[in-house]
Amino acid sequence: MSTGYNFAYLDEQTKRMIRRGLLKAVAIPGYQVPFASREMPLPYGWGTGGIQVTAAILGPEDVLKVIDQGADDTTNAVSIRRFFARVAGVATTERTDEATIVQTRHRIPETPLAEGQILVYQVPIPEPLRWLEPRESETRKMHALADYGSMHVKLYEDIARHGAIATSYDYPVMVDGRYLMRPSPIPKFDNPKMDMNPALQLFGAGREKRLYAVPPYTPVKSLDFEDHPFTVQQWDEHCALCGSADSFLDEVITDNQGGRMFVCSDTDYCGRHRAPHDVSSAP
Amino acid sequence: MNTPLLRVAGLGRSYGARLGCRDVSFELYPGEVIGVVGESGSGKTTLLDCLSGRLEPSAGTVEYLTRQSEMVDVYAMSEARRRLLMRTEWGAVRQNARDALRMGVSAGANVGEPLMAVGRRHYGGIRAEAEAWLDQVEISTDRIDDLPSTFSGGMLQRLQIARNLVTHPRLVFMDEPTGGLDVSVQARLLDLLHRLVVDLGLSAIVVTHDLAVVRLLTHRLMVMRHGTVVEEGLTDQVLDDPHHPYTQLLVSSVLQP
Repeated sequence: MSTGYNFAYLDEQTKRMIRRGLLKAVAIPGYQVPFASREMPLPYGWGTGGIQVTAAILGPEDVLKVIDQGADDTTNAVSIRRFFARVAGVATTERTDEATIVQTRHRIPETPLAEGQILVYQVPIPEPLRWLEPRESETRKMHALADYGSMHVKLYEDIARHGAIATSYDYPVMVDGRYLMRPSPIPKFDNPKMDMNPALQLFGAGREKRLYAVPPYTPVKSLDFEDHPFTVQQWDEHCALCGSADSFLDEVITDNQGGRMFVCSDTDYCGRHRAPHDVSSAP
Repeated sequence: MNTPLLRVAGLGRSYGARLGCRDVSFELYPGEVIGVVGESGSGKTTLLDCLSGRLEPSAGTVEYLTRQSEMVDVYAMSEARRRLLMRTEWGAVRQNARDALRMGVSAGANVGEPLMAVGRRHYGGIRAEAEAWLDQVEISTDRIDDLPSTFSGGMLQRLQIARNLVTHPRLVFMDEPTGGLDVSVQARLLDLLHRLVVDLGLSAIVVTHDLAVVRLLTHRLMVMRHGTVVEEGLTDQVLDDPHHPYTQLLVSSVLQP
C-alpha cells in the first residue's frame, strides 16, 4: 500500500458526499441522483463513476473483485484492482463468491450474488431517454411524470426493421414499477439477473455526474411488447473451455483462417467450471 | 350543442412589455371549426399555443369539456393531467411537419408513438392501426417502414395528421396546416382535412393567413390584428361582408385569378 494518499484515494468529504448521494439513490430505486463527480486518475469512459462509488463504500475489511466484460484479467480490471490494492490496501480476489464488492463493466457475474454483496456498475450514459429527448430539463420532467410511453418507439422500430427486438445490450428496464433505468451496457442476457437480486446494485456515471441504485430484492422489469416478449440471447454452442451451456459466450477468433471458438465471458465462472475439484486455482 | 367544448375568457399573453395577444374570449362547440386569420405578428400563434396548453397565458382562462363531461380549467390542473389530456383528447398539427415528427424513426413508429404513449403494448395492434391511418391520409401502406426524411412535403404533412388523429382526438389545433406546400398539394390536403373533419366530427381551431383555407374548412372566423380580435362571425358573412377596415383590406388583397 502506498502512502501519501487518503484511504481509497478520495478525501473523506468527497466520500461522504458520494455516500449521501448513494443513500438517496437507494431510497428511490432507479432515480438518478446528481453528484459532484471528481477528476480521477483515469480518463472518462474508463470507469471514473464506478471507481468513485467503490472508493466511497470501500472499508479496510472489504474484498474487492473487478471485472471488465466478465473477465478479471483485462487491462481495465487489472488496473482498477491494482489501484485499490495500492491506495486502500484492501484484499482483492477473482472469485465472485469471496468478494464483498464487485466493480463491473458490461457484465453481471454468472455466479449468483448473495445478500451482503455490492455490485458497482460503471455507467457511460445514465439517461435512458436521451436518444428520445435531447433536453435534460425535459427528460427530468418525463421521469417526474413517469411519462415513458414513447420509450417503446425504439423497440417498435427494432421489430419493424429486424422482425424482433434487436437491442441486445443496455436494454431499458423499469425499476420497482416506477423509474425507467439504463442498466449500463450489460448484455440483455444479464437483465433477468437484476430482478429481485439479493445484492445491492450501485451505478456510477463519472462524466455525466449521476448515481443510481437498485436495492436488494427490487423488481426490475425489461420493457417489451405483449406480442414480442422480452427474451435473452441463446447460443447453439457450449463454452469450448468448460462446456457450460448456460453462460454468456464470447466469440473469439483464433487464427487467420477464420477459426473461432466460443468461450465464457465470465473467466472466474469458466475457470471454476473447468476444475470443480480445485477451487483455489482461478485462471 | 348547448355546452361548449372549449370556453375561453379574457385570454391574454404578453412577453414582458410586448404584447402577444389580449382579451380573447370565445366558445367552441362540438363539431365546430373556428378559423383565426391575421397578418404575421398579429398574435395568432401565441393564441393557439395558449389554447393548446403549450404556453401559459398571463391572463384569462381556458376551460375544456372532457369526455367525462367535466369542465376543466386547462391551466389549473396538474401538468401530468394536462399532458394526458393533450395526448388523449387533443391533437396539434404544426406548420412545419419536421418539428412535430420524429425524423429518425419510420413512418409507422411515428403514427404508433401516440398509441404507445398512452400505454398500448401490442406491436401487431399498433402496427395495424398505423397502417389504417396511413391509408386514411392517402399514404401508401407499403411506405410504413420508410423514414419520414424520404417523404415529400405534402406526405410529411399528411403523416403528421395521421399521427395526430390516431388517438381519436376530439379537438385539433392546426397552425398553418397548408403552409409551405405548393398549390395543388394544398388543395389535396384541404380536401383530406375537410373529409376527416366531417367524417370524424372533429372540432378544430385553424390558424392561417390563407383565406381559401378558411373558406373551405371553417364555420366561424376570428380576425386578429395587433394581438386583439377585431372582428368575428360566421366565415361566409365575415368574408363576404367585412366590417372592420383591416378585414376589408385583407379580403380585398386576395388575388382573383
